Amino acid sequence: MEVNELYEMLRKMQEPKGYFFSRDKDWVLEILRGLLTNKERYSYMSCPCRLASRDREKDKDIICPCVYRAPDVKEYGSCYCNLYVSKEWNDDKIPHVYVPERRSSEKNPII
Amino acid sequence: MQQPVKIYTLSTCSHCRSTKKLLDECNVKYEFTDVDLLSDEEKKIIIEDVRKLNPQCTFPTIVIGNNVIVGFDETKIRKALGL
Repeated sequence: MEVNELYEMLRKMQEPKGYFFSRDKDWVLEILRGLLTNKERYSYMSCPCRLASRDREKDKDIICPCVYRAPDVKEYGSCYCNLYVSKEWNDDKIPHVYVPERRSSEKNPII
Repeated sequence: MQQPVKIYTLSTCSHCRSTKKLLDECNVKYEFTDVDLLSDEEKKIIIEDVRKLNPQCTFPTIVIGNNVIVGFDETKIRKALGL
């Protein structure tokens, strides 16, 4: 799949749920390229900002969109990667802080 | 003399790329390891090293002299570099 195709597909799926791509499109496309690389490498779209284990079961919490996206967007306005953000984050109505890793250190990473 | 700079990164990670870009722009010499590109055996060894520096083992983990910085925190990176 081509990166622009993935962009449009995910945008249409996620925006109605209240998750917007960062308005920095170059940033977003880089992350989506990482997702496509991981899909090729591991056969699933593991978060490109985290080290995957190659085991889908162990990595199920970090398959994008990860399970941490909802609490991170709620608390910080952005997911760990700054891929999915809230409308307020994109409109600069909330500060853009570095989103700390929410995944527990026992899980991160499992090799 | 520049203090040694070593970063642990992932080739797919945008925060890691931003870190490399910042160091390049500041003409800082650094060593980097893209941990996702290592063999499984090398990965295990390097992960142990990263864990000692950053128990959460997240990327980028940035070592500037005696400072360990977790994540792309431009202010902390510049401060540690004395920029």
